This record gives sequence, C-alpha cells and structure tokens, in this order.
Amino acid sequence: MIGCKRSRLLHNSRWYSISHLSVQDRIEEKRRAALVGGGQKRIDAQHKRGKLTARERIDLLMDPESFVEYDMFVEHRCADFGMEADHNKYPGDSVVTGQGRINGRLAYVFSQDFTVFGGSLSGAHAQKICKIMDQAMMVGAPVIGLNDSGGARIQEGVESLAGYADIFLRNVMASGVVPQISLIMGPCAGGAVYSPALTDFTFMVKDTSYLFITGPDVVKSVTNEDVTQEELGGARTHTAVSGVAHRAFENDVDALLNLRNFFNFLPLSNKDPAPVTECHDPSDRLVPGLDTLVPFESTKAYDMLDIIHGIVDERDFFEIMPNYAKNIVVGFARMNGRTVGIVGNQPKVASGCLDINSSVKGARFVRFCDAFNIPIITFVDVPGFLPGTAQEYGGIIRHGAKLLFAFAEATVPKITVITRKAYGGAYDVMSSKHLRGDVNYAWPSAEVAVMGAKGAVQIIFRGKENQAEAEAEYVETFANPFPAAVRGFVDDIIQPSTTRKRICRDLEVLASKKQTNPWKKHANIPL
Amino acid sequence: PSVGGAQVNVLEVRGERGLRNTAIVHVSVVFRTPTHLWVLQVSYPEWGLFHTCACVCVCVFPQVHVKMADEAVCVGPAPTSKSYLNMDAIMDAIRQTGAQAVHPGYGFLSENKEFARRLAAEGVTFIGPDTHAIQAMGDKIESKLIAKAARVNTIPGFDGVVKWRRADECRCVCLLGYPVMIKASAGGGGKGMRIAWSDDETREGFRFSSQEAASSFGDDRLLIEKYIDNPRHIEIQVLADKHGNALWLNERECSIQRRNQKVVEEAPSTFLDPATRRAMGEQAVSLAKAVQYSSAGTVEFLVDSKKNFYFLEMNTRLQVEHPITECITGLDLVQQMIRIAKGYKLQHKQEDIPINGWAIESRVYAEDPYKSFGLPSIGRLSQYEEPVRLSGVRVDSGIQEGSDISIYYDPMISKLVAYGASRADALKKMEAALDNYVIRGVTHNIPLLREIIVHPRFVAGDISTNFLPEVYPDGFKGHPLSAGDRRELLAAAAALHIAAQLRSQRFLGEQRVSAAAQERRHWELCLELEKSVHMLAVSHSRGTYTVEVDGEKVEVSGEWNLASALLPLSINGSHKVLQCLTRSPAGDISLQYLGTTFKVRVLSVLAASLSKHMPEKLPEDTSSILRSPMPGTVVGVAVKPGDTVAVGQEICVIEAMKMQNSMTAAKTAKVKSVHCKTGETVGEGDLLVELE
Repeated sequence: MIGCKRSRLLHNSRWYSISHLSVQDRIEEKRRAALVGGGQKRIDAQHKRGKLTARERIDLLMDPESFVEYDMFVEHRCADFGMEADHNKYPGDSVVTGQGRINGRLAYVFSQDFTVFGGSLSGAHAQKICKIMDQAMMVGAPVIGLNDSGGARIQEGVESLAGYADIFLRNVMASGVVPQISLIMGPCAGGAVYSPALTDFTFMVKDTSYLFITGPDVVKSVTNEDVTQEELGGARTHTAVSGVAHRAFENDVDALLNLRNFFNFLPLSNKDPAPVTECHDPSDRLVPGLDTLVPFESTKAYDMLDIIHGIVDERDFFEIMPNYAKNIVVGFARMNGRTVGIVGNQPKVASGCLDINSSVKGARFVRFCDAFNIPIITFVDVPGFLPGTAQEYGGIIRHGAKLLFAFAEATVPKITVITRKAYGGAYDVMSSKHLRGDVNYAWPSAEVAVMGAKGAVQIIFRGKENQAEAEAEYVETFANPFPAAVRGFVDDIIQPSTTRKRICRDLEVLASKKQTNPWKKHANIPL
Repeated sequence: PSVGGAQVNVLEVRGERGLRNTAIVHVSVVFRTPTHLWVLQVSYPEWGLFHTCACVCVCVFPQVHVKMADEAVCVGPAPTSKSYLNMDAIMDAIRQTGAQAVHPGYGFLSENKEFARRLAAEGVTFIGPDTHAIQAMGDKIESKLIAKAARVNTIPGFDGVVKWRRADECRCVCLLGYPVMIKASAGGGGKGMRIAWSDDETREGFRFSSQEAASSFGDDRLLIEKYIDNPRHIEIQVLADKHGNALWLNERECSIQRRNQKVVEEAPSTFLDPATRRAMGEQAVSLAKAVQYSSAGTVEFLVDSKKNFYFLEMNTRLQVEHPITECITGLDLVQQMIRIAKGYKLQHKQEDIPINGWAIESRVYAEDPYKSFGLPSIGRLSQYEEPVRLSGVRVDSGIQEGSDISIYYDPMISKLVAYGASRADALKKMEAALDNYVIRGVTHNIPLLREIIVHPRFVAGDISTNFLPEVYPDGFKGHPLSAGDRRELLAAAAALHIAAQLRSQRFLGEQRVSAAAQERRHWELCLELEKSVHMLAVSHSRGTYTVEVDGEKVEVSGEWNLASALLPLSINGSHKVLQCLTRSPAGDISLQYLGTTFKVRVLSVLAASLSKHMPEKLPEDTSSILRSPMPGTVVGVAVKPGDTVAVGQEICVIEAMKMQNSMTAAKTAKVKSVHCKTGETVGEGDLLVELE
C-alpha cells in the first residue's frame, strides 16, 4: 500500500506540493530510521556478540525479495520516565513483523530487534506481533518467531504484561490451526518464555541464546545457587536436560538455513495436506541392510536410526529433540516425497523402554502430526515401561498415559512396524492395532508378549524345577510374531528389506483416509 | 548348486577374453570376516557338483557367504579364538555335515599343520599342501634353511630363534648392523613384524612383536635378519601336484604396502625382465619340489634395485591377491587346488602359462588412510554398492549393505580387481571402479588407493615397499587439487547446490506456492573450499549449469538425481563420477572427487557476508587429551594419575584388528586422569587419558 502511494507521489506531478514534499521526506526519514533500528553502534554490538540483526535474520530466512513488512511506522506509546522524548522513539519499535515466502510458501514472521531497547516488549511491540498472528490464522499460514528480547518493557508496566498475555492467547488460539515455530536467538526471560513454550517447536542457537524464568542473579538471591546463564538456560540445558527446546543450531546463519529446510516438512495449516515434494528416491527401493540389522540375541542393542535412515527418502531425517529422552526417536522425514512423522523406540538407549520423558516427548510429537495431517509411522522395539520408584513417584502412570492418549486419538494414517520386542502395556501404547493403527506390520524378529521370557516363566512356572526348559517353551510360544498375527493384531509379517516399499504403498492408499472422533469441546488428556 | 559372488566375476572377466571356464562351479574363499573357512562337502565325484558348507561365527550368521553356501554351520562367537581358530568346533562341524574335503581359505587355520593333521586323521581331504610342507614353510627359520639347501637366494641373517635375552639381541645386531628386521617365526601378513634402527627400537620391537605373535599365532618365537632397504616385494605363484610336477604362474608385485601389509598388487610386475622372471620362477619351483609341495603356494621374494632377489617366505595357501594371477594366466586357482587335492596331475606345462594383459588389485580396507596410511575403523555399512557393472572389474567381498565391520577381524572390505589389455587400460578401469564404489558408514581407504594408482611414480612403475612413506613423508593428505581440479569441484558443488535448491521449491499438487522463486535462472554464490573463498556466478537452463569460477566458465550437466549415491556428471564435456556424501541445509556439502572427500560450503552471497559475524567456535585443545584413534581393546595402560610423562612416552596400548598400537604423550606433562582400563573396549574418539 505504502509503496504504491509513494510512486504516485513521485510520478504524478498533480500531487506535488510543499506539504506533500515534507510528508514524503518524513516517510523516507522514518523508513531509514526503521531500517537501522537502534543505530549502527548497537548493530555493531549485536554483531560483536555473534548475533545478526532482526532484519538480517529475516533476509536469510525468507526467499529473496519476498518479505513484506507491516507496521514499520508503529512507535511505542509510553510517556513515562522520559520515554516520550523523540530520541527514545524508534519507528517500528523493537520488533520487525510481516509475511514472506520460504521456498515459495507463505509464512508470517516476527523478529525481535535487540538493538532497540534490548528487544523489550512494549504494548506496540505486542500489538504488531498479534496483528500478524491474527492474519496468519485467517489465511492459514505458519507463524515463525525469532526471539531476541530482554523481556518486558519495564517503563510501560502493565501494558507490557498485557501485551504478553495478548500474544499468549493468540498462541493458544493458533495452536493446532497453523504451525508455530520459535527460534530463540538471544535472551528470552521471564514471562516471555511462555510464548515459545506454547508454540509447536522451539529451536535455539548454541552459545548465544538463553531461556529462563529468572536469571542467575535472582536464582542466587532466592535459592543461593551459583549457576551461569549457559547452565541455567542455555541450548544444551534445554535440548538435553529440560526438554524445553527441540533442537539447537550452531549459530544464527546455521539456524535460519536449517529452519528453511524444516519449514518444508510442515503443512501451511490444519486445512492443508502434508506437503509432497519432488522425490528422486524410488518408492519400491529395497533396503537389504535391514534384513541383518536386528541382532539374534534379544538383549543386544541396535540403532533405530539405521532403520529410519534406511527407509525414508534419501536418508533425510529431521530429528526432533535428538538429545532428550533418547530412548525414543521422533522426527520428520518423507516417504515418496510426502512428509511423515516418525516415532521409534531406541533400543540403543535404556533398551528403548518408555519412561516419563520419552512418553511426553512422543506424545507431543504425535499430537502435532495428528493436528497437521501428517501420517505417523511407528517403529516398535519396546521392552515395557521403566520400573522403579523414581518413575512411579514421578508419575509414569499419568505421563505414560499421554502417549497412549495421543496415539489413540490420532486420526491421521497410522502405520506401525514391530521390529522386535513389543512387551506388555507398552505394546498397546505404541500405535497398536487396538488403538486404530491402520496398517500394523511385524518383522520376523518380532516378539509380542506380556513380558520377556525370564520374568514370565518365573510367574507361570513358579516353583517348577526346570526353569530353563520352561523358558525355552515360552520363547518357542511367544518370542515370534505368530501369536499376534493369528489374531489379526498385525496385518502381515514382512521381510525387513521390503518395509519401505510396503509403507510407501500403504501411504498412497491411506492418503484419502477419513476418520473423526466423537464431537467434544475438547478431550481431557491427562496433563 | 551354484555359488555366486566372487567366482561368477572371474567367469565374467574371462568371458571377455573368450577363455570361458570349464563347466566347473565351485566355492571360492571369500576372505574378510566371515568366510575364512569353507567346508566343502563333495557329494559327487564329478566336478561342478559340490555341496558347500560355510563355517561361520555367530556375528555373521545372515551374511552373503552364508547365502552362497548350501549349508552353514555356526562354529562359535565373534572372537576368532572361539570360532575360526577353534579347531574342535570346526572339526565338529565337519563331522556333523559329513564333509569330505575342507578348503581352509586364508588366514586362521589355513597354514596350521595341526589342523591339516587332524583332518588327515579323520580321512577328510585338506585342500592344500601336506602337513610336512606346511610345517617346513610355516617356520621362517626352518624354511630359510630349506631354501638355502634348495639353492634359493636368501637374506643374510641369524638363522635361528632369537630368545628374549640381551646377549642374543646384541649378538645378532653386531653380526648384521642396523637396520634389522624382527619377525615372528610363525608370522605372516606383516603381523609381529618390526624394523629397528637402534638398540632401543630393537628392544621395543621385540616386546611388541612377541606380544603380537603370541596373540595372533600363539607362538612368540622371533627371528632377526638384515633389513633390505627400499626393496620391491615380488612373489611367484607356484602350483604343484602330488606327482612331483610343479609350475610357476608368473609373478605378482605387491610392493605398495603400509606397515608391511599389502595395499595395491599387480600382475605382472613392471620391473621384471623375462630372464629374472624365469630365474625367480625356477627357484620357486625348486623350493616347492624340495618340500614335496602340492597345491597352490606362493614364494615371496624381496627384489633390490639391481634385480637381486632374496627368498622371504613361502605361503602354503591361497593368497588374498590370487585373482590377479587368475586374470593374467586364465587359470582358476581354487579349481586347480581341488584337482590337486583329488590327486590329479597338473593339466598345464610351463610353456602353456601365458601373461595375458594386466591385472591390478586394490585392497579396500575399512580404515582411515589419513592416520598413518590406515588405522582401522568400524561401523555399519549403511550404504554399499560395488562397481560390478563396469567391464573388466571384479570385486571379491564377503559383505553387503548393512554388514557390520567389527573389531574382531581384519578391516578388509573387499578386493577390487581391474583387468585390462595393458597396464594403462587396467589402471583406467581401476580409476573408474574406485570412483563408482559406494561405501558409507565406515571410513575407507579409497582416497589413498585412488591417489596411488594415478601417482606418476606408480604409473611409471618406480615403486618399492617404501613407496608410501617416500611419496607422502608427512602422511597421506588426500588428493592435492590443481587449479583446474578446484574449478571443476567448485562448479560441481555449486550446480548440485542449486539443483537441490530448485527441487526444494517444487511441491507436487500444492496450490499455494508462489512461482516467483522457481523462475530464477541466475545465482551468485560464495563457496568455501579448503579455507579459500570463491565467488561463483551460476546460470541454469535445462539441466545444464554454467558456472563462472575465477573468471572461467565451467559447464556442468547431469541427471541430478539427488537420491543416488553416485553423481555422474559431464564437466566441460568430460565424464566424471563424483559422490555426494552429505548435503546439509546450511550449505555444507561433502563431495568425493578423484577419490578424496572434500568439504565445500556453499552459501548465498548474503549468507556468506553475514557469516563473518558468526563467532568462531574454538576446537578442543588436543595436546592435553589422548583419545583413541580407532576402536579397539586396551591391552595395557602404562601410566596412572600423577605420573609425569615425556613427549613420545607410551601411555597405553590399544589393540585393534589384531594390531597393537602404542599411544604416546603429545607433550611433557603430569597425568591428570586415566579413563581406560586394561581389557576395556574403546570406541574411536573415546577419551583415554587427560594430561594437565
């Protein structure tokens, strides 16, 4: 709009007048001011910290020349503490907002500008973010937040807090409507952390980003703990310990380029299908390596990623939370070009058992896929839920129920492959036939049973002398895919090398799957 | 029953030359881990109707050779002492299957006289020489005496076992003068072998050699002899029957070695003239006759620059590198061994043995050639494609995609053989074979092999067993890029990047995609290769990319199949096969070009200019920490926390792939902490010891 008016001003002499000229000058001046944010000195300081400016980040994230900026002339409205002074006003305030294209597809973006008042959130700042979020929901396009903010604009008091709440509300409203991604590229503290926490994915930049409720100084004064920023809320902490962030990248450039790649996996909204890209990997490709992957001894580990990489298109797997609850692997990949969500127990870590963290990690991922029409492929090798007081006291019952809930309520195409163990309740949980799995396969190495041979024999044959013989009998009866197959709980026993071919074919069939859950206001997942 | 794999390839190679083999279909030995031992159960006396049985260990159950065999018997768990070296288990397997003959393969029990004796006692035919010959030739000291008696040239040295006593040690050294070679008496394949240039090294060499000899051969006797500097390693293949007839099947040159293990072999040798060849052949045959040798065997010689040759040892088994002899002579050695074992007379006369064409073998190892020309690596072959569809190329391997390369065996992946009408032809075929060989998941030595076969000295035939250390005095560093190479590589990387970019904008059936991005035809890119930065202009039309690099235009075209491991390209009209190993969203591309893997960073001009603000991440200071350079077992830790160590002092010893590697301190410092224990298994990069 603005650009259009401007050209008419320049080229149509009838519009020419002194007052217009001065407006024109002011427009140009404001625009110039907006483009330099907090000024060259602060930009240099930002660069010195190894960080890019808000605009540089958008330039890298979006396709060249596709970004359309909104609200470049918005200024904060604070009149206290000398904030009303002209030198304290920055056109656009401390955030850059707008929409653009990533590989040709629409995305809304806001990028907090640390050079203006440390990227602090004013009422105007919040209003700008809300505006693009509202529009994103209306047109059905993802929202990407590039967070780099010192926190609330203290001078504005409650107005700033109101701004946060306005954003939180929209995060909640947009949840499940359009994908929301947060990339933390600097500090993000206090109330500000709850916006990323409400979004679907939170990524961080190593060494330059922090997320915490209160910083190290407050921690020291309240709990007397000595902790650095990095330890308290750095990328390592949140990707490996707390599970708050889903992945971390080396630096700003690396993070933004990776985000572009990640964006290609996502549908634009809950009304759009999962994207299908051009695929060069034959859908009927056999994967001979899988036939020898699962070791004979059921106690021996193997790497679930070997299966995933072998099966998906071009070995391209975008893992979500690779360093957290590593006993379950989740992430996005493509099958014959179509985005799929992959969930797999990881026998390499804690035998692939389900515990509190892995259940929550899996559940959240499954729910995202279900909300955005992404088919779910589940690879099962699970010896059960992790026993022990730590888990019971921590509430494994209700946390484990989350994963069960998520798989059960999901109505997207669900394909399950039991590669080895599927024991006990964990068998039910892992997208079993009973939870409306569409296609459930077993590899010849599959063993579906209530528990492993040793434990089972101790119960069934309690007191019996020849335990070894009893164990062999149990193994003969249950340590194979037949008990499940004869009951139709698995649809077929397949040769591992054909898994890719089978899944690609099933996905084609299931593309038109329609299934709805009973009407409800919303379900009551055991949070 | 037909047996696939290696042998089929022999037939193919021969088919080209019109020398189609007789109807015989037999089992060949596929080396490396699994099939060191095949048990042949002869069901019918006619050739070609074998029932085959493989003895395997637990860890290789479902692998290739097992599928090739009619029957497979498990002989034990992965450690060789419990499986392939476990004679009882193997004898049981033989009884259980009712095998009538055993082909022992190479390594393990192939030169074990006790094994041959036990087979004989059970009335099972051992496809190999008599116990007497194995015993005589298996002992380096005895074999040397026999060779001397048979008028074979031998190396001056101390003819006897050297005990671990100072007196002997000094006596030997005084006698010979440095350098000397310390060898395990029962050894072979470079194991238990050390060269010493001083008293200190002699002492250390003794310790290592005797330990290695004990662990590999169960016999720690050593011998010592004059070390012939800069020799060539040329060996004569002999074939002898049980009726006193013997032939020499020309030579194989195996001078390209690292740590006394062969890397590249060829037949014939560029160095021998017909007279020397005949002299060597005749001596080899006279040695074979002296021990009443029967079956196929190899007499190894060292040849100095004046074409003086010295007997080194005789291997009483099939050699790993036997295919090259098969290529140039047209004889199938395994077939001949079986015939001889059955008691038939040799079919050929000496004048029937031809030299047809030229054959080269590269040993493809799972090892890192950048670390002392090859330290073992392990892993799972996530992708594996052999270049078998190329003409004149034979690949003998016992593995397939998904196989694990474990620490229990030699790290060999395959033997890659190229056969051509001339040496130049064979070398060209080898180049193509190496470029088209896809190995992912383990580090391999293709970069080194690819460099060796195009090195001017190798091409000219100017080689010796010191070739590698002479040509690469500072260690192997990969292919040195010329300006032209650099342009080609950069252009290929840029074109690949754009091809991938364009594809990432192509969504099928999506209505909501802006077409603007796809209409783009011109890009400015910034590429970083080996720390130098290049600005490139790329334009694209119909699969062809015109890339302007450093002011010169390079045209790159190809199919741009981004899922394929191979990237066949036409660069300025010439055909090149590159391989794309990794391609990250952040523009990092690993390309295998001329054998070597290069890392190229491809960024848009914008991203490149913004990258300069990105903080440098400091790499870890490695002088104060000692990490395991390879996976293996810790066999000894010489320090404890608080000890002071000097530069080069031994800290611990890691055994991997049956080689002991001494880990030394990189600086003089106090030991801060020790993170490994004797007997522990460590992975590559595992922290062993921290210094202060």
